[in-house]
Amino acid sequence: MSNPLTRADVEHVARLARLALSEAEIEQFTTQLGAILEHAARVAALDTADVPPTSHPIPLANVLRADERVPCLDRDVVLDMAPAAEDGRFRVPRILGEEA
Amino acid sequence: MTPTGDELTGRTAAGLAAMVRRGDVSAVEVTEAHLQRIAALDGDVRSFLCVGEAEARAAAAGVDAARARGEALGPLAGVPLAVKDMFCTKDLPTTCASRILEGWRPPYDSTVVARLRAAGAIVIGKTNLDEFAMGSSTENSGFFPTANPWDLGRVPGGSSGGSAAAVAARFAPLALGTDTGGSIRQPAALCGVVGLRPTYGRVSRYGIVAYASSLDQAGPFATTVADTALLLEAMWGHDPCDSTSIPSAPEPVLASLEDGVAGLRIGIVEELADVDGIQPEVRAAVESARGLFEKAGAEVDTVSVPSVEYGLSAYYVIAPAEASSNLARYDGVRYGLRAPAAEVAAMNAATREAGFGAEVKRRIMLGTYALSAGYYDAYYGQAQRVRTLIIRDFARAYRDFDLLVSPTSPTTAFGLGEKTADPLTMYLSDVCTVPTSLAGATALSLPCGLAPEDGLPVGIQLMGKALDEVTVLRAARALEQELALPAPLPEIRVPA
Repeated sequence: MSNPLTRADVEHVARLARLALSEAEIEQFTTQLGAILEHAARVAALDTADVPPTSHPIPLANVLRADERVPCLDRDVVLDMAPAAEDGRFRVPRILGEEA
Repeated sequence: MTPTGDELTGRTAAGLAAMVRRGDVSAVEVTEAHLQRIAALDGDVRSFLCVGEAEARAAAAGVDAARARGEALGPLAGVPLAVKDMFCTKDLPTTCASRILEGWRPPYDSTVVARLRAAGAIVIGKTNLDEFAMGSSTENSGFFPTANPWDLGRVPGGSSGGSAAAVAARFAPLALGTDTGGSIRQPAALCGVVGLRPTYGRVSRYGIVAYASSLDQAGPFATTVADTALLLEAMWGHDPCDSTSIPSAPEPVLASLEDGVAGLRIGIVEELADVDGIQPEVRAAVESARGLFEKAGAEVDTVSVPSVEYGLSAYYVIAPAEASSNLARYDGVRYGLRAPAAEVAAMNAATREAGFGAEVKRRIMLGTYALSAGYYDAYYGQAQRVRTLIIRDFARAYRDFDLLVSPTSPTTAFGLGEKTADPLTMYLSDVCTVPTSLAGATALSLPCGLAPEDGLPVGIQLMGKALDEVTVLRAARALEQELALPAPLPEIRVPA
């Protein structure tokens, strides 16, 4: 069976996953992910037309708590963990094409 | 006479807790004995990412002070506990063995760790794992691999390899692991200790770093079935902070531990007992367990659970798909590593490229692909339907049987580096454990001696219905008694 994945697929998925893969990784993943997907394709042949999917093994629905205010983590404690913060907010590099 | 350090590190958790309660020994002395053993031997095993010496001493002194004040002590008072580095701990760094979280200190304790501290357990350190619990050998740690205490040239299994190795080496009588596809049971088998995966939803996931949320479940490691039950009872139960936590109270397991297996119907799962690549000694251990269960009064037969053969294929779609979503949070914004870049998307991508190891990237890529437009139904949708088939097949088997049995791992511990080149070969280590995970049920790995050929531990897996930890632990205790093995203590030797 030929590789179900092309190099272009891997580059596309890496963009979706926000991973700046190296050339060597793109090459390696094209081969390795192809082999894993072939293994996964074993289940594609099973007839599951009338089998419902399971997303969660234990059925629990509408898990709610009382709508009451409770304390949460202190803002400064949270911002202390961030690589950069300013004026009570997370600081990040430029987001759009605008000038800094 | 006060017991010496080596005498203390050879004891069970239940034994140590009783000694501390009676005042035969102080919690500080117990902690010191384990810290000394770690200092002497963990340089070779490397099971800990971080040993919290000062924190453990302070916690132990707190237990001794509480006892001196005449306060009632918790069930684990003074018992050292090794914690897989997937659990948030307020006083110790939590890294998931990933460079992307190196040095991170969580602002709170996970529910499980908080409960165990309240029960008097002494957190002695954080153990090594495959990065974000993705792997079966602990070689995917972003920091260093852990060795198997039985043979330092071999892997301890994974992903909770550090916890399994720490208990096997008697660095702590108890440890915490997480099990998504087998990450408690497989390392327990390879290191010769007991490891239990509770039913999904029985143990709170609050404060445990997420890998694959519909599968992740925390559980205990110990050297005996009784200690496993003791730790389980101190950690499980409903938690309002986890919306997938089961609201009903679990049935106590310690009370019925000695009830035996007379009249119990036990099925050996054909498809797993004769799985491809099974080592003859592992197959033989399943056969000998059959005889021992019969001797103890159980009815044993073989049973077919055909869809378990599709378990691995379904698992290696579902888990990476959920992981690709869960790990999106490591973007260099709120915590952990940030790689410099001029704009934010490039910063995210550079951070993730620098911070994640190869296996984590592989699974993120696989999961992102499986969830992407045009492929979702063929891979993820189909894997979820196969999950239903597995649940139905187990339900059918449990009409005729109370408990199912298989090997835990097809082989004993493999060599360091033996399976790292080919990810698929590594994934096959999980073939026997993945079906229970997909079904959301419970299973335990029990050590059943050393393989004559390689002298390495063999584990047998006891699988129970969802919520039926009582039967699993009771049967494990009965088999443990029938096996009557000497306390398995590896002699830790540096290979020549």
